[in-house]
Amino acid sequence: MTIGEAVPRIESKDKVTGFARYANDTQSPGLLHGWLVLSPVSHAQILSIDISQALAVRGVQAVITGQYFPVLTGGVLADRPPLAVNKVRYFGEPIAVVVAETEHIAKRAAELVRAEYRPLAYVSSPSQALKPDSALVHEDLGSYRKYGDVYPEPGTNVGNRVKIRKGDMRSGWAAGEFVVEGAYAFNTSDHGAMEPRCAIVEAMPSGLVEVRTSTQDPYNIKRLFQRFFQVDQSKVAVKVPFVGGGFGGKGSCQLEYIAYLASTACGGRPVKLNNIRETDLVGSPCHIGLEAKVKLAATREGKLTAGEITFLFDNGGYTDEGALVTQAAAVDCTGPYRIDNVWCDALSVYTNHPYATAFRGFGHTEAMFCVERTMDLLAKKLRMDPMELRYLNAIKAGDTSPTQAPFDSSNLGDLTKCIDKLKSLIRWDEGQRIVLDGHKVRAIGLACIWKTSGSAVDTGSGATITFNHDGTPNLSIGSVEIGQGNRTVMAQILAERMNMPVRLVHVKMDVDTQITPEHWKTVASSSTTMVGRAVLDAAEDVIAQLKRNAAIVLGRLPETLEVGHGKVYANDDPSVSLEIGAIASGYMYPDGSASGEPVIGRGRYRVHRQSRLDPETGRGIPGLQWTVGAEAVEVEFDTRECTYRIVKAASVIDAGKVINEGTARGQVAGGMNMGLSFASREAFLFDAKGAVLNPQLRSYKMIRFGENPIYLVDFVETPFLEGPYGARGIGEHGTIGMPAALANALSVAAEVELNELPLTPELIWRNREARG
Amino acid sequence: MNGHPGSVKFEIELLVNDKSHHAAIRAADTLLRVLREHLGLTGAKAGCENGDCGACTVHVDGVPIKSCMMLAIEARGSRIATIEGLRNTPIQQAFVDHFAFQCGFCTPGFIMVCHALAEHRPKAGDDVIQEWLQSNICRCTSYEEIGAAIKSVLRWQG
Repeated sequence: MTIGEAVPRIESKDKVTGFARYANDTQSPGLLHGWLVLSPVSHAQILSIDISQALAVRGVQAVITGQYFPVLTGGVLADRPPLAVNKVRYFGEPIAVVVAETEHIAKRAAELVRAEYRPLAYVSSPSQALKPDSALVHEDLGSYRKYGDVYPEPGTNVGNRVKIRKGDMRSGWAAGEFVVEGAYAFNTSDHGAMEPRCAIVEAMPSGLVEVRTSTQDPYNIKRLFQRFFQVDQSKVAVKVPFVGGGFGGKGSCQLEYIAYLASTACGGRPVKLNNIRETDLVGSPCHIGLEAKVKLAATREGKLTAGEITFLFDNGGYTDEGALVTQAAAVDCTGPYRIDNVWCDALSVYTNHPYATAFRGFGHTEAMFCVERTMDLLAKKLRMDPMELRYLNAIKAGDTSPTQAPFDSSNLGDLTKCIDKLKSLIRWDEGQRIVLDGHKVRAIGLACIWKTSGSAVDTGSGATITFNHDGTPNLSIGSVEIGQGNRTVMAQILAERMNMPVRLVHVKMDVDTQITPEHWKTVASSSTTMVGRAVLDAAEDVIAQLKRNAAIVLGRLPETLEVGHGKVYANDDPSVSLEIGAIASGYMYPDGSASGEPVIGRGRYRVHRQSRLDPETGRGIPGLQWTVGAEAVEVEFDTRECTYRIVKAASVIDAGKVINEGTARGQVAGGMNMGLSFASREAFLFDAKGAVLNPQLRSYKMIRFGENPIYLVDFVETPFLEGPYGARGIGEHGTIGMPAALANALSVAAEVELNELPLTPELIWRNREARG
Repeated sequence: MNGHPGSVKFEIELLVNDKSHHAAIRAADTLLRVLREHLGLTGAKAGCENGDCGACTVHVDGVPIKSCMMLAIEARGSRIATIEGLRNTPIQQAFVDHFAFQCGFCTPGFIMVCHALAEHRPKAGDDVIQEWLQSNICRCTSYEEIGAAIKSVLRWQG
């Protein structure tokens, strides 16, 4: 009754009146303010940091550098000090924090911190970093502690290497009569969430550490604080209000560490560390860069027989989540196609660029760009319709993934159905390239996508439900409302199961790790599928309890009762009923005596059947389900000026089940917009020494109103049997295909192979000039 | 380092959402900072404090202004309106109905621009809408939803 409906966001009123509060909207009288001092050089030894002048400024409470608490932190590989120690590894790396009574004083004092550096050779790209004579970004790589499946190579700049070995390459190449190869590259860029990161930390005398922050990963902060600061994790309380966009960028811990150390340096007083935009862009983790090679072989008929893929990810100065992005790109390296013989090496490579973490698509946006460009090269070589080539090789139930995970119709959506729908949506049959007049061309580019929502193997989600005396439920969950509409979707899932109106379901908006049940983290398009299952489980629990309470009063067996419309009623006679409000806290008879117990529901969902990947072959089950999709971009290209307008972008995603048509469409269309912005104009520009030349939204350009094309969104619904009502993850998938589809469209339009991003008119012009 | 000229404070009066407010500010304080940190009106957001993103947009004498680009003292004697002063307007409801926001961070700024557009140019066509709304950045939506919301309240749409 509510599943599938475009229910407006339940927090709407607060968001259109300015009342929705984000981390930086909190102030308190005793609050101190931190200001970060950033490195102006990309790679250097720190000779000295003089903080004496800064400390002398009235109102300054403390100035700390990396020496205050020299610890190495990291999610899977501990390679990064919260503040630089001995050397800096990227332009914008925090080297000190000044804490003062006001932000203005902190900023002014920060300008008085004097640091002396001895420059080291700038490691400017992954391929340069892998040369034998390259400077080392981390000399002590061999001594770093590991907290997960990560394989750094000491003495080199390799932070992680993931290997996929499937089938037999020799027979794969022998069977493929046609071979194509492409090389691809793009710089690091940024998430550009509109809310800059902000953390407020108070290290109280009781030992309680309260962290109020804009994060996608609140529960992990507890573990990280225990791991690196020896704070008992039961003493870490993380509170997350509304988060102003994350896109992966708020999934790692950075400002929280620094604000905690700053608080301890100020006697435990609360310290706010709020990024200015420039710091948020380059000082905090960014979107990974890449250099890649893809080689594909196919039979004369177009059947793929072998794929050899090398990903050299530009992870910047530290690995962070980039180490896992590398793995994620590797496990789905072929794109959504059946290839029986696969060789892939995916490397997380250290450079002296801002360090990279997760970005929407988690390795897939990047990998699909390379694979889908190569698919177009192959179609061209085969003289085959690129849509037909994709259709012919589309992954299906009965096939296996590059890591040899078996597919059935539940864990894999239906790609051929997506392709069929896309074909009519974009009117493919009207032609891929149409000359409009002397110098205007319209062209369509395609990309098929997939992504598995792999989580940590030891993870899950929870949900609790309590009742108000009017019989309405309160739902508490641990996923963060970052704009994806998660609170609304959970309200719908509960309302559907309890057969009641969505507006009567109350969902706690913020996350408070002391009371909201843990959810792994708000990433990987996983909240709907994982938390949704926990909500359904909790619903079953409260329904059973309500029936038990009602059964006593009604003199019926619990199994003869139903819950719905705010009542518990007899299934053979709905007039025999009790209001939920009358029994949710036990029933009171007219004489004041009572029966039953208060109803408190609990639900949980645990990830099962995922497995670790074999370090030599990659063999393993990286995720519970794969969401597939078919996407396209149509451009109008000016052949004289090399300028273009993006006319249309389309995505058909197998959503399993659409829970909220409005938010689902918003996720896919918004995702496409982000993918097109990245692909068409976003990248950090570096000078010859690795300084970022565009650390502002004025020079780091993102798509603005009216530059967006028309968005076409459609869904296929092949149920994922474990998902709530069959739902799959869809939060990232609109983004994933856009870079490839745009590059394919422009390559067709400009009649030159465009294998780099961003696709600026200048890049297209240069490629055309080079071709001659 | 005491007595730095930038630290001197003085009292000003600001007329915000039809109410008079007094605040002790520095000459260099932006209108955005005074609204947020002195008056507790945190609806306007600091997205870049460089005039690039529009998340801080308020109305000064009925005109949308990026409050990070204006000093608070410059706003003396003007009528300032913030998102908190806007209730039950058609554009706010249109943003809800058209899913014209996700995370909500840029929303106050966009709504202030849209509201002013509807007041000043009720018959605005696509070009004018684009010209006005390019001042702001939204990173979550596809902008189509925001376009649908503003068009639904402009008069020529009926």
